[in-house]
Amino acid sequence: MHDFHYHRASSLADALKALAAAKDGRLLAGGMTLLPTVKQRLASPSDLVDLAGLTELRGIRAENGGLGVGAMTTHAEVAHSPDVRKTIPVLAALAESIGDPQVRNRGTIGGSIANNDPAADYPAAVLGLDATVVTNKRKIKADDFFKGLFETALGEDEIVTAVHFPRPEKAAYVKFPSPASRYALVGVLVAKTAGGVRVAVTGAGACVFRVKEMEEALAKSFTADAVKGIKIPSKGLNSDLHGGADYRAHLISVLAGRAVTACG
Amino acid sequence: MPTVSMTVNGKAVSAEVEARTLLVQFLRDKLSLTGTHVGCDTSQCGACVVHVDGKSVKSCTMLAAQAEGAKVATIEGLANGTEMHPMQAAFKEHHGLQCGFCTPGMVMSALDLVKHNPSPSEHDVREWLEGNICRCTGYHNIVKAITAGAAAMRR
Repeated sequence: MHDFHYHRASSLADALKALAAAKDGRLLAGGMTLLPTVKQRLASPSDLVDLAGLTELRGIRAENGGLGVGAMTTHAEVAHSPDVRKTIPVLAALAESIGDPQVRNRGTIGGSIANNDPAADYPAAVLGLDATVVTNKRKIKADDFFKGLFETALGEDEIVTAVHFPRPEKAAYVKFPSPASRYALVGVLVAKTAGGVRVAVTGAGACVFRVKEMEEALAKSFTADAVKGIKIPSKGLNSDLHGGADYRAHLISVLAGRAVTACG
Repeated sequence: MPTVSMTVNGKAVSAEVEARTLLVQFLRDKLSLTGTHVGCDTSQCGACVVHVDGKSVKSCTMLAAQAEGAKVATIEGLANGTEMHPMQAAFKEHHGLQCGFCTPGMVMSALDLVKHNPSPSEHDVREWLEGNICRCTGYHNIVKAITAGAAAMRR
């Protein structure tokens, strides 16, 4: 690993200042992706600005019937939170399914969505539950946040501070995890929300995406049978040693059906 | 070079390190606490598991600087003099190891499980060990040892 300058930010303003002053600075949240990336020399930032000291970015609050989750809240904290389990149980279950216990003790929701790994779980929750990403500058709807492979709407001088999740009527997340990494080969989150039915798919494409055809079918009939028959075109889907694009396309239909069943 | 300070196994320690120094390097190279192992160095195998402020973490995927001011516990801090910790004793009793390389991480991980779940079922233990790999594949006795260790800790 190349050496770098390490800053432990004392406030959001301090973090932004250190980031602006750096030649090639990166924000450090839990470090569960960034540190392995730097170790493998896939990234060589000049500066790492650690957000761990910003207590205002931590914690879970009840907000307008839903939940506000601070950006530096760990997966373990979300998974074990009585508030999350009660208000949005699908979010607790999804967080509990990420990586392993040690990764969940360090990894954060803000880090996960800012990184936007194509196989990460949280993007499916944020998009599927119609969440809003709050930054130091603005509020971004989930539909406008995830832009492409490891790409988001975040600007260079923008820091995710929290994610607001409205409470869904019902929702379930079903994933087919890679047996080695627990990353989603394909993961599907189905939710009945105030704004209609949403189906968000992670792991299958370059970036999390919605399946409008399934959403329309489920709006008419919220049953597993309504989505089972919908074939997803494999063009543009991921193909790697874990599974081909055709296999992933097939999994989307199967997992969407299971998620609807799990919604109860 | 920046200085990092933390408490390791109850003792205040401080050292000058490069910013890129990993917590596991700090423990092994600066403090000579070589019980914490580096297996895969890619945060998958769990041989490097230690506790930071009471939570199990992979010390190969954490900078020493991130542990500034923290309370760190390693395998070396478990025994009381020559008397093994009940979880260590259970690993010995149930032969929860073959080559022993993964054992420190297994024991530290197991102790974090028992903290949340004092009476883990076999299923709980196997699920919890997601992030600890035994390349001898000696899981059967590891699971037995952890279940017995948890029972001994309840007494």
